[in-house]
Amino acid sequence: MELNNTYKVIVIGTSAGGLKVLKELFAALTPNFTLSVLVVQHLSPQSDGFMAHYLNKLSHLTIKEADAGELLLPNHAYIAPANYHLLVEKDHSLSLSVSEKVSYARPSIDVLFESAAEVFLDQLIGIVLTGANDDGAKGLINIHQFGGLTIVQDPAEAEVSAMPLAAIQTGKVDHVLGMSEIIKLLNTLSEQNHLGKQRSI
Amino acid sequence: MEQTEHQNEIQTEDIELELLLEAIFKKFGYDFRDYNKAHVKRRILQRKQSLGLRSLSDLQHKTLHEKGFIDVLLRDLSINVTEMYRDPSFYAAMRNEVLPILKTYPYIKIWHAGCATGEEVYSFAIMLKEEGLYHRTQIYATDFNPVVLETARKGIYPISKIKEFTANYQQAGGTHSFSEYYLAKYDSAILNQNLRENIVFAEHNLVTDSVFAEVHLIVCRNVLIYFNKTLQNRVLQIFSESLIKGGYLGLGSKENIMFTDIYPFFETLDSKNKIYKKKVHLP
Ligand SMILES: C[S@@+](CC[C@H](N)C(=O)[O-])C[C@H]1O[C@@H](n2cnc3c(N)ncnc32)[C@H](O)[C@@H]1O
Repeated sequence: MELNNTYKVIVIGTSAGGLKVLKELFAALTPNFTLSVLVVQHLSPQSDGFMAHYLNKLSHLTIKEADAGELLLPNHAYIAPANYHLLVEKDHSLSLSVSEKVSYARPSIDVLFESAAEVFLDQLIGIVLTGANDDGAKGLINIHQFGGLTIVQDPAEAEVSAMPLAAIQTGKVDHVLGMSEIIKLLNTLSEQNHLGKQRSI
Repeated sequence: MEQTEHQNEIQTEDIELELLLEAIFKKFGYDFRDYNKAHVKRRILQRKQSLGLRSLSDLQHKTLHEKGFIDVLLRDLSINVTEMYRDPSFYAAMRNEVLPILKTYPYIKIWHAGCATGEEVYSFAIMLKEEGLYHRTQIYATDFNPVVLETARKGIYPISKIKEFTANYQQAGGTHSFSEYYLAKYDSAILNQNLRENIVFAEHNLVTDSVFAEVHLIVCRNVLIYFNKTLQNRVLQIFSESLIKGGYLGLGSKENIMFTDIYPFFETLDSKNKIYKKKVHLP
């Protein structure tokens, strides 16, 4: 597919079945990945930063739980901590909030997507993966509206298809792709960023 | 083209938001200008939408001219979500690592800053009772939102929450049966009156009000995450000045004094549970 590559940040939302696909994704992203990744995975309120640790070990990227106030870096992925909403500030720092659950979820995918959409505009990619509810659908509309790219995991392949289906139903999804295609696309974008830099030297 | 339009729209909205926060401060004294913007904006836009207003300028007009409307915005902007023994491991650490030291003082002063509807304060009160410290403890519980303080004073919570509170209490190392501490009546759980005896609930704004004197422990959880760096430093400075040497500071699980101005004056007692101790010998 032809893409005008302006992308710097990826936001990902997933729930049921998410750990497996996140593992697949982060294990496959290339070293020196040029984009920053933000992830909301619905978790049980007690989970103790386990997922970030686990993913970090199998990825070239540095993967950590998001801390309040930290600045987004390329080649890093930030996981929303259990029980906190994750938002992005204008200066590209991260914010956390314990405000009410949104559609029964905290962290909420919509909250992250909405706040990232208007900060990163056409530099943002929003991805909805396997999951059991419709969180993320509203957020994808926002991302689309502000010029970002919207991608959804192929529901036929997703372990739980409700979330991808709800996202597709918005009519604002640019690409419906299998995991391997999503990975290929993201690695290509990163590579292009590298080449672009070399050319400009 | 559509995009620049969007950018333009966002820029206008951001200007209006700044003006609204300025107006709230000038007229009512509540200062949200140094709060993290993403969150403030989200709440304000939700309010604008639910009222069907066209712009934040309209919302500003309403705020300045409509009597009592500021209370609605205050509620929107102060996130009062809380629970008893939120993050049980924090309370377990307090019980095991901090209370034994506090025990050595003849008289103990504790400040809960940003106590919301009081669940955190009563959680401590119960713990202090169980450790035999309550009778010589004075607890100041403050928040800038008078409405939540009213609820806190009453100490009455929906019975539906008791299941979660009880589970948290047990995980936090509670030594009794949680049901000893409340009376169930219709759909309410009324906390025992005697838990309140040594608690003073008072209005205090961390942005604009000043220090408390000679406090042994300050608990301020899930308040600093809403503040930008400048404001965090200012508030932490107030905490540092309010604490006795060797006093303790307990923050929320995602809050941290590393990279703040007061860091050199504190040692980390428990990095996971965010418990710090003011150094006895200051650098
Ligand atoms: C999310 S609640 C935290 C409640 C409790 N400490 C806990 O962790 O469960 C945040 C509280 O901080 C209060 N707050 C926000 N800004 C404040 C300020 N400038 N001064 C005092 N309290 C403030 C809000 O009114 C709200 O009750």
